[in-house]
This record gives sequence, C-alpha cells and structure tokens, in this order.
Amino acid sequence: MLARLDEFERALLALDRVRVSELLDAVAASQTPLLAVESLIRPALERIGKLWEDNRCALSQVYMSGRLCEEQVDALLGPAATTTRVAPGNARLALTVLEDYHLLGKQIVRTVLRAAGWPVLDYERQTVAGLVTRTCADEIDILMISTLMLPSALQVREVTTQLREQSPRTRVVVGGAPFRFDPELWKEVGADAMGTNAAEAVAIVEGLAGGAP
Amino acid sequence: MIRNMTPMQRIVTTLGHRPPDRVPFFLLPALQGARELGLSIREYFSRPDHVAEGQCRLQAKFGHDCLYAFYYAALEAEAWGGEVIFRDDGPPNAGLPPISDVEDILRLTPPRIEDSPGLLRVLETIRQMAARTQGEIPIIGVTMSPFSLPVMQIGFEAYLLLLHERRDLLNQLLGLNEAFCVAWANAQCAAGANAICYFDPVSSSTIIPRSLYLDTGFPCARRMLARIPAAVAIHLASGCGLPIVDELAATGAAMIGVSSSEDLAEFKQVCRGKIGLLGNLNGITMRRWTPAAAEAAVKDCIAKAGIGGGFVLADNHGEIPWQVPDEVLFAIAEAARRWGRYPLDWLTTAGEV
Repeated sequence: MLARLDEFERALLALDRVRVSELLDAVAASQTPLLAVESLIRPALERIGKLWEDNRCALSQVYMSGRLCEEQVDALLGPAATTTRVAPGNARLALTVLEDYHLLGKQIVRTVLRAAGWPVLDYERQTVAGLVTRTCADEIDILMISTLMLPSALQVREVTTQLREQSPRTRVVVGGAPFRFDPELWKEVGADAMGTNAAEAVAIVEGLAGGAP
Repeated sequence: MIRNMTPMQRIVTTLGHRPPDRVPFFLLPALQGARELGLSIREYFSRPDHVAEGQCRLQAKFGHDCLYAFYYAALEAEAWGGEVIFRDDGPPNAGLPPISDVEDILRLTPPRIEDSPGLLRVLETIRQMAARTQGEIPIIGVTMSPFSLPVMQIGFEAYLLLLHERRDLLNQLLGLNEAFCVAWANAQCAAGANAICYFDPVSSSTIIPRSLYLDTGFPCARRMLARIPAAVAIHLASGCGLPIVDELAATGAAMIGVSSSEDLAEFKQVCRGKIGLLGNLNGITMRRWTPAAAEAAVKDCIAKAGIGGGFVLADNHGEIPWQVPDEVLFAIAEAARRWGRYPLDWLTTAGEV
C-alpha cells in the first residue's frame, strides 16, 4: 500500500489526472470508495502539505492536487451537497477569509476537508461582525479562519473575544502567512489551534472534535 | 577603517561586491510616513508631496540608506481598473479583481501611465525626492512583475488555473503586462529612481515549482530586466528562492530579496561575488521584538551575509508592518551601525567566518 501511496503522491504532484484516477479506481474496486479516499487521498494530501511546509513543493502543486482530489472524491462518494458523511464528533465546520480578498488559502483548506469527505460551510470573505453573526446562527463547532495580511490576522482577536461570549462551543483554528511567519501569533489572538499547511486541517479537526467519527 | 560614505556610495560599493564603510540597510517603511505627518494612510497616499516628505523624514530619523517610492501593490492593479481598499492599520489592499472572466484577456489593452492618477502621483514623489537628495541617497522605485500582477488582475485561484490550463491566455496577458511594466519602470527611472525593486512573489518556489518557473516567470524576468535602465532587485516578498537562485542571478538582477524562512548563509555561499542579497529580518515577528532581540537579529544577518560586501540589511517582505514600533526600528538602525562597520572585526576576530 505504501508503494501505491508513493505513486499516487507522484501522480498528484505531476497533475497526472489519468494515473490518479486509475490508482483510486483500483482501490475502490477491490475494497470500497471510502477506503480509497482514506488510504490514498487523505495521506497523500497530508504528505504534500508537509512537503510545502518544508519548502519541498510549491503552493500551486498543493492547490492543483487538492482540486484533483476533490473531483475524485465527488466521483467516488457523490457531490458535496449529497454526501452522507459527517465530520468527527458530528462537528459542524465552517471556514472563511477574514477581511482579505485573497481566497486561495481558504479554497485549499476547503478542498482538503472535502477530500476527507467532510461537509463544511464556506463563508467566503467576512468581516468580524458578519463572521460572528453567522458562526452563532449556524452553531458552528469549529471555525477555520484564513488570513494573508498581518492586520487581518490581528483582527482574529476580536473574533475570538466575541465568540467566547456569544458562542463558547466554537473552537477557532487559524492559518495563513502571518501565522506561519510568527509561530506565537495564534496564541496571541486567542485561537485554539493553528495550521501551518492546509492538510493539517484534517488532523486539527479530529483533535478538536475528539477523534475520528 | 574605511571613510564614511554617502548612502549612494555605500550601495554602489556593496553591489560591486566590495565592502563599503558599513553594511547598508533599507528599512522600507512605506506606510510609516503617514504617522510622521499625522495623517491617515489614505490621506498620506493621496498627495505626492506627502509621500516625498514622509520618506525624507523617515530617512533622516532612522538613517537608512534609501528613499522608498513604493506606495502599495494594489496601485498597479488600480491602473488596470482594480479596486483599492484602504484601512487604518495596514497597506491598502487589492479588492475584487478587475477581470472576472479570463476570456476578457483577449480584449484587454494596457493602461497608459499618463492616464493613471495613482502612478502619476508616484512619479511626482520620485521627482521631489530626487530634487531633495541630489543623488546622495538612492531612490528605489517599484514594479510588480508582469508574471505576479495577474494575482491582482484575475485573482490567485484563476491565475493558477490559467498557468496550468490556458497557456494561450497566459501568454497574451504576460505580453500586455510586460508592455505596461516596462513603461512603468522606465517612467520611474526617468523621474529619478536609481533602482527598481521587481516584486515577483509568484516566481518564488513557495508558489510554483522550479520547472514551471523556468517556463514562465524566468523568461519573463529576463525580458523585463533587459529593458529596465537601472539596477534591479528581484524581491520574492517572503517567498523562497534557493531552488531558483542560479536563475535569479541569470536574470541580470543586481540583488535578490531573501525570505526569513530561508538561510541567508546558504544564499551567501551561492551568491558571493555574483548577485547581492537583501534581507532577511522577519517583519512579522518584528512587532514584538525588544531592542535586544532586534540587535541579535541584525547581528545574525550580518554574520551570515555581510562579509565581503554584496549585502543590504532589510526586512524579508519589502515593507515594514504598520504595527512595528519606532523603538524597534531605532534598535535595528543602531545595531546596523554598530555591528555593520567593515571590516566586521567582531566576526573575523571571533573566528565566526
């Protein structure tokens, strides 16, 4: 299985759509579509995320391989809207970009979560007030916030402060360039966790929600 | 002891890969001029004399070795019809991309500098700076690379798809952008800029793999730099460059901006005598530094890249965040003057090189 995972990772990085599909189909046919997702897609995306974190692959490869995986998950498990899977602990997940217009990081996290087969509400771009309102209304358990600019990252403090009062159940996870360049920043803004790459979102959600479903 | 030099002499000497009197430093405080003048960031950038005055005051205050004519990155996107969103605590940001359908690239024409009020303000700022400094302090102009500009023109996600799936439209857009960026860089040089900072984060190995860079960003940079009549620093704006360092040197650039997430010593080993280095203080953590931490960071950079010249101390992103206190900038400046004086005896006698 390890050799197959290696090959799957290589096919993703090379954006070899045909080989990606062949490898997934082989596992799905001999076992189950779900196992294909869990044994190939999820670990491969985690590996690619780690490679990016270590400066050994590029963000374009992370993004394009995530898109490829999302297509494959839709083909194997059905489109996002019809999926019957739930996130760990039945947690309600949402993700957003705070203030910035740079949505790429958020899109990659969304893809990774979708590739794990989990439903996630995409709030797109939000201000602090709008984000708090939606998070409370949707009774979100885990809110993932992506930022690109330092001032936006510092605004997360306002979000966590308001959510502590209005929605204490909500755990806040942050990611994006300011948090990678300053490893202490996520604590300073009151977040519960920080992801250094998009693929970490899966393990972080499992950790906060109390393990796999 | 080498005699005291003007900032211009210092920079020219270090770019010739010889040691000047001390390690030069660029603070690149694009926004802080607003604070100096008691203006909001929006008011500050609304008039060219504000920026010229603000940058001159900052240079006099901290003693860094350049005047930075950079306003904000979204200014160039604005010339293409993009939206600029101001805020009180950081750089104006690019709003929604002006091109919502990539097929519109086929009908696009580059804006003219003379029709772009924001760009004209920058040119007037440069002219005023040049009149004040009489060639003693380098004036740094800025252009976004034609290869990185599309992030603001069409959005990052759409651009990555264009890069991978629509080479026809990519080439069309790069052609238009190159015409614009060459005109923009040349206009800044004609106004009095002594060097151009070519911001190209998409070319960094953080964003695209080397193989894709060799096909796209690299030939684009070579074409561009051949048409800019001034020294050019390629700045990857915190992105990594070690995997493409040989290509960066082959573009004809005089300097590379180094990310704080990479090892300046490794860069120095590869670049010594070939291309100068700019960097690599961490601008994000800088807001929490004590004066002692600032001094330690400056010493570390000088120890890794200062020997023999070819090095300018700076932050790693090309812009000091608004949140960095003056106390830290003073500490950086003081440490650069204290520990950067050549021949860097404290390094050679300590056996650290």
